Amino acid sequence: MNTIKEIQEEIVDEFSMFDDWMQRYEYMIELGKSLPLIEEQYKTDDYKIKGCQSQVWVHADFQEGKVVFTADSDAIITKGIIALLVRSFSHQKSEDIIAADTKFIDEIGLKEHLSPTRANGLVSMIKQLKMYAIAYQAKANN
Amino acid sequence: MTNFPIDKIRRDFPILQRKVNGKPLVYLDNAATSQTPKQVIDCIVEYYSLYNANIHRGVHTLSQEATDAYEAAREKIRVHFNAKHREEIIFTSGTTEGINLVAHGFSKRLKKGDEVVVSALEHHSNIVPWQMMCEETGAKLRVLPMLPNGELDMNAYADLVNANTKLVFVNHISNALGTINPIKQIIEKAKTVGAAVLIDGAQAAPHIKADVQALDVDFYVVSAHKMCGPTGVGVLYGKKTWLEKLHPYQGGGEMIDQVSFEQTTYAGLPHKFEAGTPNICGGIAFGAAIDYMNTIGFEDIAQYEHDLLEKATQALLEIDGLKIYGTAKEKTSVISFNIEGTHPYDIGTIVDKLGIAVRTGHHCAQPIMDYYKIPGTVRASFAFYNTFEEVEALVQAVKKAKQMLL
Repeated sequence: MNTIKEIQEEIVDEFSMFDDWMQRYEYMIELGKSLPLIEEQYKTDDYKIKGCQSQVWVHADFQEGKVVFTADSDAIITKGIIALLVRSFSHQKSEDIIAADTKFIDEIGLKEHLSPTRANGLVSMIKQLKMYAIAYQAKANN
Repeated sequence: MTNFPIDKIRRDFPILQRKVNGKPLVYLDNAATSQTPKQVIDCIVEYYSLYNANIHRGVHTLSQEATDAYEAAREKIRVHFNAKHREEIIFTSGTTEGINLVAHGFSKRLKKGDEVVVSALEHHSNIVPWQMMCEETGAKLRVLPMLPNGELDMNAYADLVNANTKLVFVNHISNALGTINPIKQIIEKAKTVGAAVLIDGAQAAPHIKADVQALDVDFYVVSAHKMCGPTGVGVLYGKKTWLEKLHPYQGGGEMIDQVSFEQTTYAGLPHKFEAGTPNICGGIAFGAAIDYMNTIGFEDIAQYEHDLLEKATQALLEIDGLKIYGTAKEKTSVISFNIEGTHPYDIGTIVDKLGIAVRTGHHCAQPIMDYYKIPGTVRASFAFYNTFEEVEALVQAVKKAKQMLL
């Protein structure tokens, strides 16, 4: 399994092939469509991150010392970004998730979607991913 | 409409020259805030360059000039809305403050058993203050329901109003759907039981010149920034008899007559409701904005915007799967829509990349979205400085977004 940094570099590399925003967005929309959906039982208010514009559901599992995320959104572009976040953060160790950043989203030209004022639930989602990692780390240490 | 001076008008708005994401800006979020013509920008620059001073209390020249300009703006606004007295025009920070001011005043007057009616088409700013007021007083909040086409259910209204009804709150035009509500009829019915009526005119002010005396409305609230003025300033019109009865909203300078630690007596109207240093420049610029819009003429504006609405509605409906929410017979130039199988956020994001500014989301009117069982809509709202080419640009952008998303 590659490290978070390696995966993010890979994503940046993939996006560098695109000439313009339209290709980038088309790719994101494809990613959004191919993201494995969260299991229906987790698509409830307990797992929902409320955004004014779009909503996000996140679930985490702890498997063999790694945190496994699944997520979904009602908006496809939001979902595309979630797919990238899940790809880089899922199946990683708690401490690596806690230490990781999301600068790669800026580098692939999607910075505006991670603006706290955009109210699409993504900023809260990243916080939530880290919270899960922190919770699992605490559990593991006990 | 063939003789509308659109080219000349567009030259008045510097912002319309800018590019967004490399494309010429097509600004279709006018229901959120309107753009500012150079006549109003010049007025703001002139104020800060020539006579910036605090008003109503200085004897020096600048203070006198600022006071005169501020009071002249109040008079312009009075004439525009045809209020009987200048002291019926209270400067506020905007529509929301106007509503809160009235709700606060009434919270001292209502008791358990009283009823207030609020329409299902309201903006959150015309729901939450009344909920707070009802919690405080024990009065009951009753909802005037809407119909599927976005009109109010006037049959239900007839049954809702009764001897316990003390207040009725309705917007003149719905911000989310553009419905023009039959406020004359609503006011007349409320009068039969002696209820007071507050009309939220925020969305109407840029399109319709309301005559508060002809309407016989008790309170009418507007924001300057929806009608070519600056943000942070608005006006509450209130009938003098009501304003005299209501308790002041905020304490501070300007609103007092005599102050001692034993007792304070309040200033007369309008100052009783204008505590502290107001948005002086904003008030003056609001006057300039009203002058600007009246120079173009509200009848011409309404006709031109209606033509834009018709064309946009027709062209958008040709897109397969596109549904318009709010199809009232009487509506302003607002189109709220969704495309089947897509989310409004996605459409809004893509059309923005194409230089087009629309609003997406629930438009601070969640009860309406709940009614239609949708997360939100894409809302394009047109102003008199928009063009038919821009309507076409919107239609093409929406088509492009649909093609990318589905």
